[in-house]
Amino acid sequence: MLEVRDLYKTFNAGTINEKRAMNGVSLTLEDGDFVTVIGGNGAGKSTLLNLVAGVFPPDSGTITIDGQNVTKLPEHKRAKFIGRVFQDPMMGTAATMGIEENLALAFRRGQSRGLRYGITSAERKQYQEKLAILGLGLEDRLTSKVGLLSGGQRQALTLLMATLKKPKLLLLDEHTAALDPKTAAKVLETTERIVRRDKLTTLMITHNMRDAIAHGNRLIMMDGGQIVADIRGEEKQNLTVQDLLDKFHVENDRMLLSE
Amino acid sequence: MDFLLSFFNSLPGAFGQGLAWGIMAVGVYITFRILDIADLTVDGSLATGGAVAALFISQGWNPWLALLLAVIAGMLAGLITGLLHTACGIPAILAGILTQLALYSINLRIMAVWSDAKTKATLALSVDRLDLLVSSRYIRELNLNNPLFLLVIFTVVLIAVLYWFFGTELGCALRATGANQAMARAQGINTSWCKVLGLVVSNGLVAMSGALLAQYQGSSTVDMGRGAIVIGLAAVIIGEVLLGKVFRNFALKLLSAVIGSIIYYIVLQFVLRLGLESTDLKLLSAVVVALFLSIPYWKGKYFTKTVRKEAARNA
Repeated sequence: MLEVRDLYKTFNAGTINEKRAMNGVSLTLEDGDFVTVIGGNGAGKSTLLNLVAGVFPPDSGTITIDGQNVTKLPEHKRAKFIGRVFQDPMMGTAATMGIEENLALAFRRGQSRGLRYGITSAERKQYQEKLAILGLGLEDRLTSKVGLLSGGQRQALTLLMATLKKPKLLLLDEHTAALDPKTAAKVLETTERIVRRDKLTTLMITHNMRDAIAHGNRLIMMDGGQIVADIRGEEKQNLTVQDLLDKFHVENDRMLLSE
Repeated sequence: MDFLLSFFNSLPGAFGQGLAWGIMAVGVYITFRILDIADLTVDGSLATGGAVAALFISQGWNPWLALLLAVIAGMLAGLITGLLHTACGIPAILAGILTQLALYSINLRIMAVWSDAKTKATLALSVDRLDLLVSSRYIRELNLNNPLFLLVIFTVVLIAVLYWFFGTELGCALRATGANQAMARAQGINTSWCKVLGLVVSNGLVAMSGALLAQYQGSSTVDMGRGAIVIGLAAVIIGEVLLGKVFRNFALKLLSAVIGSIIYYIVLQFVLRLGLESTDLKLLSAVVVALFLSIPYWKGKYFTKTVRKEAARNA
């Protein structure tokens, strides 16, 4: 589904702030793979996701989604294949627009936008049903401005928007990191449910080792812009936090803390 | 008594000017409020609209056709700013200033087409000789010649069309671009194209306003757009401050910009009669806009401080 080949990316090349963020990463995701990504700060996790999403181009290497080379495709065109949830709950939704308007924007991802109505009454019914699944009572607040929602509600809504039109690839960039533990657990549970239900190919970054172990069928660890471990199948199923700590030299404070 | 009488006497004129500038204010609303861009092109494109309309009308062309050409000229100006901003990566404010500056030279040239001079700073439109859509001459007459009649129809039709447009898929994409670019791109919206489109539409409206103003006041001048952005912002902000709590619907929000523009001109008439010179108005406009833009900021600061004090007391 996703094929990444020899990806390199250096920020601020030739300056004192030069940072080699992606140092030859190759990765293949099979259809339906749910891959969790862990690694310390600056390991290159977000850079990898942003490269796949097309936020910035790689220095070299290729990105192929569902057989199509998208390396040179701009971000908004790649959105046809990709659903995204960001770390910042403010980033995935338009605060000044209503819940239904946000959903209607997501419903048209990958389509050309013309002079048809921006939202139809048939859609509204569908949105109500989908919102009800979240269990947050949003289905009765279709016209409320998203800016009035809490961070957790906004993340749940963003998740719904990312999966409203089944994406070929779902990218989750630490999407629960900014939430309180209870809300984070709830959003993660909803994520698991939707990914399983729609059999979505998913790449999920997390700082929480336990979450990385508990979810998905494959775990990737990154360090210094490279993939340093790729655990799948039975090994992944039997993995414990202690295994990870023992097996790999984990220096990063934040990773230890979130354990 | 004399004061009040002359003030009331000036009210129809204030309404006429307010309505003509109101169309411009709606254009500013689109960039400033919807796209979140302060577009300084408008100072130039307003005069461009006036120049193009005056040029063709003075040659005896149909005034509706002249109006259309003026709008197209304004849209082109918006397109240039949009491309400077998106394709060339120039910050929006600077892109607007560049286009505005360039338009000054262009407007002088436009008004001199079909004349012996190389450049021309004014172009008169005599209502006696020419077919004009609106003229301040008839502002007190109770018939269809009264410019208020046509200006109100213009305003209503424009707001209706914009209301429809911003409800379409494309209009929603434009609003999403202004609200949150990262989200818009993640949902497959070409934000660059949306910004260009918004600037094109906005400057088309501004040029339309300029074309109507030139006819209304009987001449087009190269300076007619100076400070236009401030007047437009003043109208938008006055409308929001006075009607923001009542007007929630999008069409009504656009209307509040027009009403803000009318109020602006009524206040100006009032202040003029207090003895200020018309040249003092720019100072006054700047002060009004600066004040109204500061209030939300001060409010935010003030309220956070009180909360902190209370928290300290509770601790």
